[in-house]
Amino acid sequence: MTKILIENVHKTFGTREVLCGIDLAVGVGDVVCVIGPSGSGKSTLLRCVNALEPVTSGRVVVDDIVMTDPKCDLNSARRNIGMVFQSFNLFSHMTVRRNITLAPMDLKKMPAAEANALAAELLAKVGLADRIDAYPRQLSGGQKQRVAIARALAMKPDVMLFDEPTSALDPEMVGEVLTVMKQLALDGMTMIVVTHEMSFAKEVADRVIFMDNGLIVEQGTPQDVFSNPKEPRTQDFLRRVSQAG
Amino acid sequence: MDFVTTIRGSWQLLLSGLGITVAVSLIAIAAGIVIGFVSCMMSLSKISPLRVLAQAYVWVIRGTPMLVQAFIIYFGLPQVIQQFVPGFTLGAFLAAAITLSINAGAYLSEIFRGGINAVDPGQIEASRSLGLSGGRTMRRIILPQAVRITTPSLVNQFIITVKDSSILSIIGLGELVNHAKVYVGGTYQFFATYVWVAVLYLAFISVLMLVSRRIERNLNRDKDSD
Ligand SMILES: Nc1ncnc2c1ncn2[C@@H]1O[C@H](COP(=O)(O)OP(=O)(O)OP(=O)(O)O)[C@@H](O)[C@H]1O
Ligand SMILES: [Mg+2]
Repeated sequence: MTKILIENVHKTFGTREVLCGIDLAVGVGDVVCVIGPSGSGKSTLLRCVNALEPVTSGRVVVDDIVMTDPKCDLNSARRNIGMVFQSFNLFSHMTVRRNITLAPMDLKKMPAAEANALAAELLAKVGLADRIDAYPRQLSGGQKQRVAIARALAMKPDVMLFDEPTSALDPEMVGEVLTVMKQLALDGMTMIVVTHEMSFAKEVADRVIFMDNGLIVEQGTPQDVFSNPKEPRTQDFLRRVSQAG
Repeated sequence: MDFVTTIRGSWQLLLSGLGITVAVSLIAIAAGIVIGFVSCMMSLSKISPLRVLAQAYVWVIRGTPMLVQAFIIYFGLPQVIQQFVPGFTLGAFLAAAITLSINAGAYLSEIFRGGINAVDPGQIEASRSLGLSGGRTMRRIILPQAVRITTPSLVNQFIITVKDSSILSIIGLGELVNHAKVYVGGTYQFFATYVWVAVLYLAFISVLMLVSRRIERNLNRDKDSD
């Protein structure tokens, strides 16, 4: 069954076409990793999925809800789509607890006691049970990102979008975040992950998408794309990444 | 130049003047916050007539001396209104309060707008991605953070409003400077009288700063409790 359907999506900023006709279908429980050079449109594509960025043309459907329909109730649709950002974006004036309970209490009218229990449960899941009363600035980068994941999960989304969740982290903290994401994938979450962590993509992805210049240039299983890339641009990119790593 | 004699002779006059200064300033600060907030929301609105209106208001108030505004409101406005409502008059206190309020409102509007624009866009995206509406995001995320960012400029504007109230002595508002002038007119004790006036302003503004610092500390208590 298809969870996310992206059909012929174009996106222009001014005169610059950043997405030039993207087609992608993501099945229930699938993990799709998106790789590609800087500026290729990976973030823009992800942001079109939850309509943080309106598409110029084309269609995005998540769980049978047409996100690109002008009449779509985006606030309601977005509750079902969690997003994790490169720069964490935890609410800086709120405790970890409040960061997590805000959306369920405001949007689902969840009672405080239940929301607090949910926050405790989610924090235990990401290994931060003891940091519930901390403020974001008191946390390390890896801890912040794990809280951000817990915050997104608090709305019990069916879909999770990750935009380079480990790129802003010191190397020693990358692992703790990837571990949480792997567990999420094992639990059957449908995920689109923009990442530079090739080892994560190899291990966890059902499918790897290589993007360049606003197009999907190549896609397939991690085996196909990493061990046997057909397109010269993919080969070139992978060579450069492995040299840098 | 005898300070003791001067204050003995003038304290009733000066204190009643101070009372008016405090009253008109506090009214202007309160009304200015409301006006400034509304004007700021209008200037950020998607509806362009509202935006233009707010921008015009801020432009006119910031681009003209408050003295001239006071003259227009106190002397000019009643003249216009009298054509429709014969015998209409505007008391000096009301005219002064209106002038000072719309003045504070224009500056506060800009301070609020700056504070809101200074909030990290990532915070707003995170909120919207959770499904919070624009309005809820404004109340839950943007405004609380904007208030923290703008507190120092807000306090600064409050102080300016207190000091600006002295300009309104010119339309006959019986505030501190006005009453001091009356006393000096009879006694010629310029130095001692105006030093006392300065002391009274300093006292009031110090209290205002202390209260503001209290509020600021309360807002930031969480921030300091590392
Ligand atoms: N709001 C915007 N306005 C104008 N141009 C934009 C905007 N957002 C992105 N772009 C441009 O669109 C192009 C694609 O950006 P995008 O962020 O999607 O790339 P990316 O693949 O995520 O790159 P990176 O790996 O650096 O994050 C870039 O050239 C960028 O400058
Ligand atoms: Mg990006």
